[in-house]
Amino acid sequence: MQRRDFVKILFAASALVLVPIRAFAAMWNSPAFESTKLNSALSGLGIGEIKESKQITIIAPDKAENGAVVQIEVKSEIAHSESLTILVENNPTPLIAHFVFGEGADPYIVTRIKMAETSDVQAIIKVGNQYFSAKKRVEVLENGCG
Amino acid sequence: MADTMKMRAQLKGGVTEVKVLIGHPMETGRRKNDLGEFIPANFVQLVNASLNGKIVFEAQWGTGISKNPYLTFHLNHAKAGDVVVVIWTDNHGKTGRGEIAVTSA
Repeated sequence: MQRRDFVKILFAASALVLVPIRAFAAMWNSPAFESTKLNSALSGLGIGEIKESKQITIIAPDKAENGAVVQIEVKSEIAHSESLTILVENNPTPLIAHFVFGEGADPYIVTRIKMAETSDVQAIIKVGNQYFSAKKRVEVLENGCG
Repeated sequence: MADTMKMRAQLKGGVTEVKVLIGHPMETGRRKNDLGEFIPANFVQLVNASLNGKIVFEAQWGTGISKNPYLTFHLNHAKAGDVVVVIWTDNHGKTGRGEIAVTSA
C-alpha cells in the first residue's frame, strides 16, 4: 500500500467515526437529571434567573388519581421560544424533560409524567439568554414513583 | 407493547400534530421487585424528531416520563406526504425508530 493511500484510508475511517458522534449533538445531561434538588437541576442546565410569564400555559389535572401517569400539556406563546424544561419539584429527581425546538416545531408538548406526591409542575422556556416560567399545582392522590 | 412505536401525523389548519407512543418500561431504578431487589434503571434518555431528514426537535428525558412514553408535538411547515421520523436511545444504548407520512385531515 502506498503511503498516500494509507493516509486517505485513515481520513475516510476517521470521518466514519466522527459522523455518528456529531449526529448525537444532544448528550444526556446526567448532573441535571440525577439532581435530587430543583435548584441543582436548574444550575446543571445553566438556568439562572427565571421570570414568571403568563404567556406559558400548563394544562394538567388539579387532582391526579394515579401519580404514575399524569398528562400535561405545555404551550408557549413567547416569540422565539427555544427550549422547554419540565420539572416536578417534589419528585426524587425533579428534572423530567428538556426539549429543544428547531425550526419547524412549535413550542408545544403534550406528554405523560410520573409524580411521587403533590407538587408544582414547572415549565421553563428559554428565549436567548432569558428564562420564563409558569407553574401548575397538581394534587397527587396515589404516588407514582414506586 | 415492548419495542413498538405508534405514530400519527395529521395536518389540520396549517399545523401538523404528531402523536408518538413508545413501548418502553421507563424503570427509574428505585423500584423493587417481589424479592426486594432493585429493578435496574431502564429508561429513554434521548429523543429526536426530524421532518424530511432535518431535525425539528431534540429532547432529553429523565426517569420521570411515564412508562410507555407518550408525546404530542406540532410542526408548522409540514405538508401532506412529508416524512416524520422519531428516534430514541435509552440508558443502555438501545434505540428505536418510528416513521410516519403526514396526512391531511
